[in-house]
Amino acid sequence: MQTTVDQLKKGEKAIIVAFNLDTIPLKLIEMGCMEGHMVELIQTAPFGDPIFLDMNGTHLAIRKEMAKEISVEIIEN
Amino acid sequence: MKSNPIKVALIGNPNTGKTSLFNQLTGLKQQVGNYPGITVERKVGSCSLGDSKNATILDLPGTYSLNTNSLDENLVIELLLNKNDNDYPDVVVVVTEVENLKRNLLLFTQIKDLEIPTVLVINMADQMEKKGISLDIPKMEIALKTKIALISSRKATGINDLKKIISNYQELSTEACLNASEIDSDYFENLKRIYPNQQNYKLWLVISQDVNFGSLNKTILQNNSFSKSDAELKRLQHKETIKRYQFINDILKVTKKTDPTIATDFQSKLDRILTHKIFGYVIFFGILFLIFQSIFDWSSVPMDFIDEQFASLSSWVSEHLPPGKLTDLIAQGMIPGIGGVVIFIPQIAFLFLFISLLEESGYMSRVVFLMDKGMRRFGLSGKSLVPLISGTACAIPAVMATRNIENWKERLITILITPFTTCSARIPVYTILIALIIPDTRVLGFLNLQGLTLMFLYALGFIMAILSAKILNSILKFQSKSFFVIEMPNYKIPYYKNVGLNVIEKTKAFVFGAGKIIISLSIILWFMASYSPKDAFYTAETTISETNSSLSEDEINDKIASFKLENSYIGILGKSIEPLIEPLGYDWKIGIGIVASFAAREVFVGTMATIYSVGSHEDEVNTIKQRMKSEIHPVTGKPIYNFASGISLLLFYAFAMQCMSTLAVVKKETNSWKWPMIQLFVMSGFAYIVALIAYQLLK
Repeated sequence: MQTTVDQLKKGEKAIIVAFNLDTIPLKLIEMGCMEGHMVELIQTAPFGDPIFLDMNGTHLAIRKEMAKEISVEIIEN
Repeated sequence: MKSNPIKVALIGNPNTGKTSLFNQLTGLKQQVGNYPGITVERKVGSCSLGDSKNATILDLPGTYSLNTNSLDENLVIELLLNKNDNDYPDVVVVVTEVENLKRNLLLFTQIKDLEIPTVLVINMADQMEKKGISLDIPKMEIALKTKIALISSRKATGINDLKKIISNYQELSTEACLNASEIDSDYFENLKRIYPNQQNYKLWLVISQDVNFGSLNKTILQNNSFSKSDAELKRLQHKETIKRYQFINDILKVTKKTDPTIATDFQSKLDRILTHKIFGYVIFFGILFLIFQSIFDWSSVPMDFIDEQFASLSSWVSEHLPPGKLTDLIAQGMIPGIGGVVIFIPQIAFLFLFISLLEESGYMSRVVFLMDKGMRRFGLSGKSLVPLISGTACAIPAVMATRNIENWKERLITILITPFTTCSARIPVYTILIALIIPDTRVLGFLNLQGLTLMFLYALGFIMAILSAKILNSILKFQSKSFFVIEMPNYKIPYYKNVGLNVIEKTKAFVFGAGKIIISLSIILWFMASYSPKDAFYTAETTISETNSSLSEDEINDKIASFKLENSYIGILGKSIEPLIEPLGYDWKIGIGIVASFAAREVFVGTMATIYSVGSHEDEVNTIKQRMKSEIHPVTGKPIYNFASGISLLLFYAFAMQCMSTLAVVKKETNSWKWPMIQLFVMSGFAYIVALIAYQLLK
């Protein structure tokens, strides 16, 4: 199932399929945001934003507005 | 024979233990300064490699890649591009850590492309067994064309292997490990034609971002048909990053094995609690409470001790030096002035201790994560919390800590409001004023009223900061994009060496920085108080004794002393500003203290000590507090430091922007005088109005 990272539920894993190159900063790409890499939602902050991700083994947090720009394919368990 | 030391640069991602390695290599043989012209910390140390070989180690700011986002990262790349720089390394040591090897290697491959001798350090090797990780080092060395040192910077293992590799750095390969120009061969060939003498990857770094590189003339590019737009350049950078990750993934596939059954999820369990909706906040505020408790309560024992020591030093000096005004200056101006700073060492040390514990443990990132949404309502970022917390120690590092806020508007607001938080320089002023005007009693049986007042002042500073952020957020109209990305590093038990060295270094900087200002100011003040443009000043003794012959000797001496002080340069200056501050309940002496405080707040106490010691004829040594307490207003006959004027003074110091160093740092960080000037006039104007209202209501 295809969706965006901000829609992931806690513990859900997905594969990055595409992202908006104009709005995603290079820093996030360097930290592992690229096609084919796995992303897992670890935790959401109180009030739902920002979100805590495991992206290709790196633990990082981004805001929902940025997470919206990353399309993923959820891995069925 | 001793050869020149080998120049080593330590480079690595944040949270790889780079600083621990630096401390391990250099110990106490390190110097911390600033790079000329910019406020990035420059840490250098020396290290013996054995065989009478030495190395100077430069600890560069942590960076995720050579594509720079900030001033700190810019510095790394500019150094590596400039062979003529004095700091240009003979050998680069790239520090990575076992668990994040994949991401850490990205930077390594970039540095390799610069064709500098490069060593790869894989840190936290002691964790490998526990995490079920095994590495094939020889295979990795071949693939990455380098030497690898497997170390643990905390347990100090592998350090000697690293030293050996460094001392034989000439044997290291300088060959790039992948060919980045493959991402667009045509483009790179065209570049090569225009700049035949430049190395390809260097060219690419300079073209794709805004860094200075001496001789390279970028304007040639603008008129070329093959030049690329910014969007195209970013696409290429993206391609480059993908290429590098492919290369790294291919290597790690054959050299790194992880046993999935061993992996523990202790970290995520901890995160579930520490970033929990309710417990997360409870723990965070609990920690804040602990910090303030330590500053106000635990520090009092060593502080009382220091206070006594300086008081006895003062009396020793005045007993043993020939009596005179110069001895007074030393015994009653300079020593109490310096004592007034030294006494805050315990509080400042506690503050820096807690801040570096929070940073080192990885907890600070969780606080950022927890608070981001709430802070955004005020035009701030979760990352603003780090400057606001470290602002309770000192606004200067706090303003510099705003650098990792990606959004310019959020960053600017954070810079502008940070000086409202109660920095350690305000503590001397607060403490002495509170002791003068607030009774030392307990309310509700257990809360100390003086401590409560101090806590209230901290809260006041923080509330003001948040309120002004809200106002600035609606005034500042410019839009800027948010690039909020923050690494959530693994929790670690803070390494005592890192914490200890950090506390020592920061405390030292505060004491010596403030000490210098206090000594020079007290000398200037003493001269200004001892000389006068008027002739009457020098004949005061005879004229006053003649005209007041009916008074006792003590009263005559008092009259002489106060006449001379009022007619000295400083008295004339003070009197000229008195009309401005009289409505706030201050006399001209406090006025001088306030003016001097614009250099730095903490000089207030020393300034008052100098002024009062010159203005008195008494031989006995009093503490500053006793002197201040006995000051009587000449007109009203009431104490100068009464409840109304004391509160007014406290509020003035809470809000006024009185710190030249902070203004200078804000100028550097915002690149304009506009913002520091706004801080100076708006904050100080506001302070004046609040102090005025408070005094007029309370008197």
